[in-house]
Amino acid sequence: MSVRNITPVKEFEDILPKEYKDLVNKGPFNNKKSVDDLGTFKEIIEEHPHCAGCGVSLGIRLALASLPSPEDSLVVGTPGCSFFALSQSAVNYSNTAFGNQNAVATGLKRMLQIRYPDKHKDVIVMVGDGGIADIGLDLTLHSWFRKEKITTIMLDNEVYGNTGGQESGMSMKGRVLNMAPTGKKFDKIPVFDMAEVSGCVYGARVTVANPKKVGQVVRNAILIAREIGPTYVQIFTPCPTNMKFPPDQTIKIAKEAQKDQYSYKEFMTDEVAEYLKNI
Amino acid sequence: MQISNYKVTAGPEGFIAPSAADMGVILPNKGQALVEGSITSENEGMDKAIEKLISAKNPVFFPGPLVLWNWKDGVEEKAKAVIELSKTIGAKIIPMPDYRPKYPMINPEVEINPNHPNLTIWHNKIDVCVFVGVHCHYANVALKIIRGGTDCYTISLCADAGHEDSMVSIRDINTEKINTLTEIARQMKARGK
Repeated sequence: MSVRNITPVKEFEDILPKEYKDLVNKGPFNNKKSVDDLGTFKEIIEEHPHCAGCGVSLGIRLALASLPSPEDSLVVGTPGCSFFALSQSAVNYSNTAFGNQNAVATGLKRMLQIRYPDKHKDVIVMVGDGGIADIGLDLTLHSWFRKEKITTIMLDNEVYGNTGGQESGMSMKGRVLNMAPTGKKFDKIPVFDMAEVSGCVYGARVTVANPKKVGQVVRNAILIAREIGPTYVQIFTPCPTNMKFPPDQTIKIAKEAQKDQYSYKEFMTDEVAEYLKNI
Repeated sequence: MQISNYKVTAGPEGFIAPSAADMGVILPNKGQALVEGSITSENEGMDKAIEKLISAKNPVFFPGPLVLWNWKDGVEEKAKAVIELSKTIGAKIIPMPDYRPKYPMINPEVEINPNHPNLTIWHNKIDVCVFVGVHCHYANVALKIIRGGTDCYTISLCADAGHEDSMVSIRDINTEKINTLTEIARQMKARGK
């Protein structure tokens, strides 16, 4: 894990396919980039099979563009829609059994600290709401209780998207879905609040309708996790396929959610507040 | 110790080809090689690999991430040795830069991907190929797919213990051994073999 992994042997430079040459010469590895630079550089995310208007793919795009050191980052995922784009992106990626992501990330982070004691290696969990709030809730909470220095990012589309539209713990109460025809019977699980009481030192709740904010909080969360403790970012990534809205309305739906269940929220400890003043 | 008479020959073996290991083919020990499922001496394995390569219509080298990217000291020398070997044989080079599944599909003209290696082989009509610098777990997958669906003769130059599913497998490959292969190729060509 270093920028050498993306440095071709000179003799092989010419035979690399174009997207790899672009990644080397115009990617975010040698020249640091951010969400503000989107459209001007070769991004880590590649072509992917997500549905048109997918909020998850946009969330991944924004999060990957915000990595402070992509060459020293390891993204940990789990089955779900997020897997499709993440497994095709040009960043170290580890998939896990469903829900195990924070336990695997813990092991990877500890191993990387032993292997590279003098370098920051960012371990970032990036999974859907099913992976965090339902199937992986216990392992996620325990990683926070243990104060593991990893960043957890939830791409919350409020549904199990790629399996046909089952309700998830993060679906809104009353939401009618393909596999929840009478509507969801209980409230959205307050994972954001649970993160604060479980030991996260920093948390932010945003939507893809505000790309700059997503970029800023993801970057902050990763930098804070390096130094202080576990961090959590919850991004609303609406799903046109299962929520039955036209693909060009994703941002509109996300904006509407900002007035309701996805108003901007942030929490941080005093130590984090002091740290943020100095970066 | 040979425990099977199963022959690992060029395919197509079928849609769900049995893995050679499943058929009783075992990996060679140090100083040995694997030729079509049988354990031989390393020298015999090297001779067979070069013989196949120089008699091929369209031999192609598939260098993987371990030699394409300058990830540690010593890689550059190994890469140069691979290039020298391919030039001596007159083989093309098509890279396998990483193992990401490509969507909607790879460009088989300029790259090979372990998830669909048959596409590159079919498109370029490759009859003999060499895997070098590919991590073992992906080489195993790709070699099995190639044997299952194509008639390409596969040779693996493995830095570890070798691969049962390639027709010729040389283990513990390093810069020195690659240079030896180049020398064998020069000699065979000079003899007009």
